[in-house]
Amino acid sequence: MGDSSDVIVVGAGVVGAACAYYATRSGLSVTVIDRGPVAGGTTGAGEGNLLVSDKEPGPELELALLSTRLWRELAEPLPLQIEYEAKGGLVVASDPAGMDTLRELARGQEKAGVLAEEIPADRLAELEPHLAPDLAGGFHYPQDAQVQPALAAAHLLRASDARIRLGEEVTGILTATTGEVTGVRTATGTVHAPHVVNATGTWGGELAQRAGTELPVLPRRGFVLVTEPLPRVVRHKVYAADYVRDVASDSAALQTSPVVEGTPAGPVLIGASRERVGFDRTLSVEALRRLAAQATALFPVLAGVRAVRAYAGFRPYLPDHLPAIGRDPRVPGLLHACGHEGAGIGLAPATGALIAGMLSGGPLPLDPAPFSPARFVGGAAP
Amino acid sequence: MPDSASEPYDLAVIGAGCAGLAGAVTASELGLRVCLLDGSGQVGGQFFRHPAPALGALRPQALHHDWPAFAALRQRLEASDTRRLLGHQVWTVTRGSGELWTVHALSGVDGGAERPVRVHARAVLLATGAYERQLPFPGWTLPGVVAAGGAQAMLKSGLALPGKRIVVAGSGPLLLAVASSLAAAGAQVPAIVEASGYLRYVTHARALVANPRKVLQGAVHGASLLRHRVRPHSRSAVTAAHGTDRVEAVTVSRLDQDWRPVPGTGRRISCDALAVGHGLVPQIELATGLGCATRRTPDGTHALVLDGRQETSVPGVWAAGETGGVGGWELARVEGELAGRAVAFRLRGVLVDPARVRELRRRRDRMRAFADAMAVAHAPRPGWTHWLDDDTDVCRCEEVTARRVREAAAELGARDARTVKLLTRAGMGWCQGRMCAAAVACLAAGGGDEGVPPSPERRPLAVPVPLGLLGSPAGADEAGADEAGINEAGADE
Repeated sequence: MGDSSDVIVVGAGVVGAACAYYATRSGLSVTVIDRGPVAGGTTGAGEGNLLVSDKEPGPELELALLSTRLWRELAEPLPLQIEYEAKGGLVVASDPAGMDTLRELARGQEKAGVLAEEIPADRLAELEPHLAPDLAGGFHYPQDAQVQPALAAAHLLRASDARIRLGEEVTGILTATTGEVTGVRTATGTVHAPHVVNATGTWGGELAQRAGTELPVLPRRGFVLVTEPLPRVVRHKVYAADYVRDVASDSAALQTSPVVEGTPAGPVLIGASRERVGFDRTLSVEALRRLAAQATALFPVLAGVRAVRAYAGFRPYLPDHLPAIGRDPRVPGLLHACGHEGAGIGLAPATGALIAGMLSGGPLPLDPAPFSPARFVGGAAP
Repeated sequence: MPDSASEPYDLAVIGAGCAGLAGAVTASELGLRVCLLDGSGQVGGQFFRHPAPALGALRPQALHHDWPAFAALRQRLEASDTRRLLGHQVWTVTRGSGELWTVHALSGVDGGAERPVRVHARAVLLATGAYERQLPFPGWTLPGVVAAGGAQAMLKSGLALPGKRIVVAGSGPLLLAVASSLAAAGAQVPAIVEASGYLRYVTHARALVANPRKVLQGAVHGASLLRHRVRPHSRSAVTAAHGTDRVEAVTVSRLDQDWRPVPGTGRRISCDALAVGHGLVPQIELATGLGCATRRTPDGTHALVLDGRQETSVPGVWAAGETGGVGGWELARVEGELAGRAVAFRLRGVLVDPARVRELRRRRDRMRAFADAMAVAHAPRPGWTHWLDDDTDVCRCEEVTARRVREAAAELGARDARTVKLLTRAGMGWCQGRMCAAAVACLAAGGGDEGVPPSPERRPLAVPVPLGLLGSPAGADEAGADEAGINEAGADE
């Protein structure tokens, strides 16, 4: 049952797939292992947003801008089935005060290289004809895009040429007497490699523990409502100004802000709720009620449209809202690539490129210091 | 109740078929305040489906050998003060504050004036029945190909036959009943095609002998089929339906032990309709949404795990009838009564009649053993996937072909129905996979029994809900026990 490669990536979600893709492209041999199927965790529960618009200036926005470029490159060789759409985002405000907040955010983002265009109230209908008529205005972000996340992960993984072992749980990390990683133990055997990448998303803390270290990843639950298939009534990703505030908040209580978008297949997806309740999948009628009420307030035409499905996902949340990308300070050979909260699809390529650079010793596309897992060691965490 | 002026019910019963009716009248007669909800405008469920009063049918019992049993239950319901919320589709059940459950329903779905209704109760009895399992084959989406149970339901509702010359095919005891009703209603039934060998019952002979009534029913159907010259084909399947605008003929092939078609055995039978079904699947999404434990049944479906008193693994949530494993209306009635008694004892300490309960349990266990024997005999064998060609639509809502499902499993890393759904949209359409989930799960597992066993479907919304209603504020729509006696949607005759 022995098997060896240069790198083992644990996790076949979109981040694991991107790590495998860029690592094999730097000449490394890679084995991807997951206890479930491809995209079986948070990737399969996501909407596939590739956003710069919801990020305040700082390291995460840098990562998102790099990812935006990389997704555009990836969409070329990858088949059309990943449903890449450079649809653009539209953030709307209900009152002048909300508009001021958006202006301030956009000014900062523009300095970092984000394209943002102010849309006065009377021009909103040109972008989104079905929006409620009484909004104060908004900002258009042409760089925002979307993919179908499960397809994106599956095709990225296939294009990586990595060896793939699905349905096989990693039960332990193998180390030499000197402490360096030498591989992993799974339910059915061992796989050897001098490097192990923890791309297990919301379950990243669990794998860290099996390796004898720690990573404070927690689940932050979100519900998505899916409507019956519709002709294109929503053209962009449309969300309210409150969304930016909710994304950045630390609250454990239920928060909802409307995020509405159409899909090429027809259904409209409605998010986004956030609450810290562990891995509880129980339907929250209150969360759905708020999502439905807020979405129909933005798009009154949706009131008569039926939701046919709802599902929960668990965003991998780290206390400072930044992902952990880089070497573990305690276990040599172990790297983390998890904790992207609700932005894992968007941030996956940049994460993969960084990890591949660290593994191959090649140049890094941006400064990884803010994402270092070492920030959680010795009470340094905020 | 803290957030409403209305008193909660003791028991909310979801589903007004045999199980739900028996549970509701039993609990009500033992002094409980009961609310009975059903999506249909009438009580009776699938088995005792009957024409709407407006059709003026003189003898709704004509298609029912066991009508008196249903009439008795209905009479007891009318004599009780059970609140009937008919025409109410339940979309989810949630655990509220304290020991209360909230049943979320939509009323007026068919009439246009939809509104949300919430019912609070101290206990819930899930009696939501089952739906039919379909295994696709080339041509199964042609007009004229109908569900076997659906064809019978149409007849019972006083509506038309699906055709004049109808082949009945699939697997399971329902086929005999369907063929016999279609023939009795005047259709020509040139063939009844059963995939299993009926002989497999013999290995479970003890369960059969213990159920003489079931054997008798089979004999009655058998005699009726002989009289109507219906030709039985066992170990055979319809492996293709032919036609351009509508089915004109089917190919019937012999099957081997694993249900693979035996080459060279295909025979064409002309017909203008095909009624097809492969048994029933327990409808348990409300229960799985509450976290109730499930078990694999011998024929590969998922049913609820129930204790001797019909309670699920979630205290306060009971189930009866097909939700605990498909077993027919008599078993459903017995389980409904057992559940009603158990709830009355739990909530009110109403002393049970020990002799009656012993008798009910004896009957239940006997009928369950029989149902399990039937399930073993009719369980689909993995070779059925050889009926499919690559271009057969497996998911008809989203038009996903067998080729795409196989590619998702073989090349893209899907190992279960859920991932196939994510990668192909199979099961994402209007029916939410009720039609194709069984087939997709088999194909995802590579056609064999190996691979990941399909998990019970999670459908947090049991029925589609308009966003405008989903978003309406809580508290405006309570249906309380203090209004008992006012029966909504009084379409029940």
